[in-house]
Amino acid sequence: MDSHATAHSEAHEHPAHLRHHFMDAAQQKESATFGMWLFLLTEIMFFGGLFTAYLVYRNWYYPAFVAGSHTLDIKLGMFNTLLLITSSFTMAMGVWCSETRRKSGLVWSLIATIILGIGFLGIKTIEYKEKFELHHVPGTSFSAASFVNPPLDAQGKPKDTPLAPDMAIHTEVYFSLYFAMTGMHAVHMILGIGILFALLYKSAKGQYTTGHNTTIELFGLYWHFVDIVWIFLFPLLYLISRH
Amino acid sequence: MSTNVLLPDQTTARVPKQNYITKENGLMSWLLTGDHKRIAILYLISLTFFFFIGGALAALIRLELLTPQSDLMASDTYNKVFTMHGIVMIFFFLVPSVPATLGNFLIPIMVGARDLAFPKINLLSWYLYMAGGLLALYAMITGGVDTGWTFTTPLSTHYVNTNVVTTGLAAFIAGFSSIFTGLNFIVTIHRMRAPGMTWFKLPLFCWANYAAAVLMVLGTPVVAIAIVLVALERTIGIGVFDPTKGGDPLLFQHLFWFYSHPAVYIMILPGMGVVSEVISTFARKRVFGYSAVAFSSVAIAVFGFFVWAHHMFIMGISNYAALVFSLLTMLVAVPSAIKIFNWTFTLYKGSITFETPMLYAFGFMGLFTIGGLTGVFLGVSGTDIHLTETYFIVAHFHFVMVGGMLMAFLSGIHFWWPKMTGRMYPEKLSQLAAVVTFIGFNFTFFPQFLLGMLGMPRRYASYPPEFQVLNVFSTAGASILGVGYLLPVLYLIWSLKYGQVAGDNPWQATGLEWQIQSPPLTENFTEIPVVTQDVYDYEWLERQKEHEVTHVG
Amino acid sequence: MSETHATHEAHEEHIVSPKVYALIFLALLVGTAITVGASYIDMGPWNPVIALAIAVTKATLVVLYFMHVKYSSKLMKLTVLSGVFTFLILVGMSLSDYISRAWGQW
Repeated sequence: MDSHATAHSEAHEHPAHLRHHFMDAAQQKESATFGMWLFLLTEIMFFGGLFTAYLVYRNWYYPAFVAGSHTLDIKLGMFNTLLLITSSFTMAMGVWCSETRRKSGLVWSLIATIILGIGFLGIKTIEYKEKFELHHVPGTSFSAASFVNPPLDAQGKPKDTPLAPDMAIHTEVYFSLYFAMTGMHAVHMILGIGILFALLYKSAKGQYTTGHNTTIELFGLYWHFVDIVWIFLFPLLYLISRH
Repeated sequence: MSTNVLLPDQTTARVPKQNYITKENGLMSWLLTGDHKRIAILYLISLTFFFFIGGALAALIRLELLTPQSDLMASDTYNKVFTMHGIVMIFFFLVPSVPATLGNFLIPIMVGARDLAFPKINLLSWYLYMAGGLLALYAMITGGVDTGWTFTTPLSTHYVNTNVVTTGLAAFIAGFSSIFTGLNFIVTIHRMRAPGMTWFKLPLFCWANYAAAVLMVLGTPVVAIAIVLVALERTIGIGVFDPTKGGDPLLFQHLFWFYSHPAVYIMILPGMGVVSEVISTFARKRVFGYSAVAFSSVAIAVFGFFVWAHHMFIMGISNYAALVFSLLTMLVAVPSAIKIFNWTFTLYKGSITFETPMLYAFGFMGLFTIGGLTGVFLGVSGTDIHLTETYFIVAHFHFVMVGGMLMAFLSGIHFWWPKMTGRMYPEKLSQLAAVVTFIGFNFTFFPQFLLGMLGMPRRYASYPPEFQVLNVFSTAGASILGVGYLLPVLYLIWSLKYGQVAGDNPWQATGLEWQIQSPPLTENFTEIPVVTQDVYDYEWLERQKEHEVTHVG
Repeated sequence: MSETHATHEAHEEHIVSPKVYALIFLALLVGTAITVGASYIDMGPWNPVIALAIAVTKATLVVLYFMHVKYSSKLMKLTVLSGVFTFLILVGMSLSDYISRAWGQW
């Protein structure tokens, strides 16, 4: 592929990566960035529907949302937030490395981003597993019993305010949104990590440190967007009335 | 001038040997193409296929409604038939119709580029369309869906046992096809215009498709998440739309109509773009108030996002919301009206001729006006309470979508057929088909306004006997309409081999696409043009003809 | 907007330095800490407002600096804003229905 590309660019004078329908590399790069942003707009609207649902039901069933939120582990949530923010930093550094043609810097940035991303998903798995065990997964196995009669702590006091039964059943709506929103976010992370592996492989071969690094930049935009979604999910899901 | 059409001498003229069709042979060269023109043709063929499936379903509906009893099919089956008719016609015909065929073919040429910004994504867009379409057909054959194309909850989530998830997935996939098309158009129009091609020299067809593309990108994802949530509710049992778990079924409708209202503008705007081009050409006059028409496309797109709950007046939204959405709906009618006024003033003192594209454009203007005005009656929440869920709604949207959009689509196909194929279609036969279509349409759908006013509900296989006469009229009209739609398929295919050679500019139209050969070269232009002339500049065209520049094909 | 290809903005050559990235990273960490801390203080109806305000600030920093929008063309900035605007229409106008449902009968 590389020898064909070089021969091609010797046949007429333009960089190997320039597609024929573009006038120059700058136009191609701007178009690609614009296209990526338009795709991210669709992601904003996609998650937007979920945020709308969340806001409606939080307004309607606030006590149930409080109770549901209290069953999430703040420490794990905060740690995950830190992992993701750091991965955004490492991704931004990766983009800088590709712009300044630092091949090993780019490779290590991508590796760090992958590890942080996998770490995030690992913790998510732990959280999901706990939810499953507590019968908080919506559907046939869901039980609101622990909200009507909360478990007792060491002193024999209930760990949280008990809910009336007709409010307790609405915790299923909270958890539906919890799983829909974090699940959809996780799907985007999994796809992102998959692409990161492909980018890592190509970066190791030097493909993105020759002056044409649009792919890395575009993926960076995607990854940062996934981070932004989590920046909103964390306070909305984990931090409802924690005082 | 007595006639607009200027064909080359048929004894010596030949379709240019080198063009985008002859460039490469073999099925794979079409299935793996990056050429926007070939992708447009792929879309045209598949769209026609899905249109006739939707049409067959329509025929079944009209046959059932010949008699007041539900005697041709059981009510459950009838529910499936009208649901699939809506889904196929909306998602797999109307939404992609002009953008994916004419838009794909023409927009790069109209802006002076060699292709769209992302040719591979363009091809992916077609494959997604095919995947979605075939999945929808599979869902239809293996049991169908009976919820209505609107998938209203909680019927779709809890009370039917049909292929809701599969069909929803098909629509989801088709949605991505639409998003990628829109994305491509936006980037191309912003970033790939030729030197000298400013925004205000762009043909109005580009403005219209640009506005529709913005709607595709911003609106489609919301119906996507609505479908995902319905699927999750059906499979896992999350409670977001389930009243027994505290969910609100109306939330689905908010998410659904947030897309589906702008979707109707996605469907109609490209058609309006076609009408601007056709009316200008066959009145030989610049479009009156170019800026107003251009901005009205954008205004329709923007305002179109503010009115969706007018589909929900009787569903349980608050009175205050109904008030606000009703007022905003009055606003959105204004830009559409501006277009009708401006086309009318374009015709005033124009040199009007009645070639087939113009006949369809006239049909559009009249029928869309009627459909649009009846939309105003429906936008007023007070009258909507009486008219909604009756045949009045059915008539309203068929007037704008079929009398409007489908006529615009046929107008555009006929107008640019010579450019796409190098051949002319038989004019007298095509004019006959246009007239037959117009007559058939009015017989089919005008009685439905009356039926709606008299109280006949929509989506019912049986009805009170006093409604039968109007229903028989409607079905009779539908059979005429079917003939009107079949004829173009037949003579257009015939014209591919036996049609007259068209030459570069049979209509003597302005626009960059008419300055290149018919059919175009794969790379569109031998040299990227530098645009100095104004849009719709017929004087410039006259001066060009005087210089008699010959093109090498 | 009659630019030709020769007049491409020079901003595309602007490379954001690691120092800026590190500063923004720190700001995001601080913001996260503040969000968690603030959630333990009872501010009544202001708790969600503060939490969202901090989240919006963090997101804005990511968009402007990590995603280079600060150094991008007007078109990119307009694109991002149009996405945010449409999102706000979806959320705002849907909520306007829900909030006003209990406002009495008329």
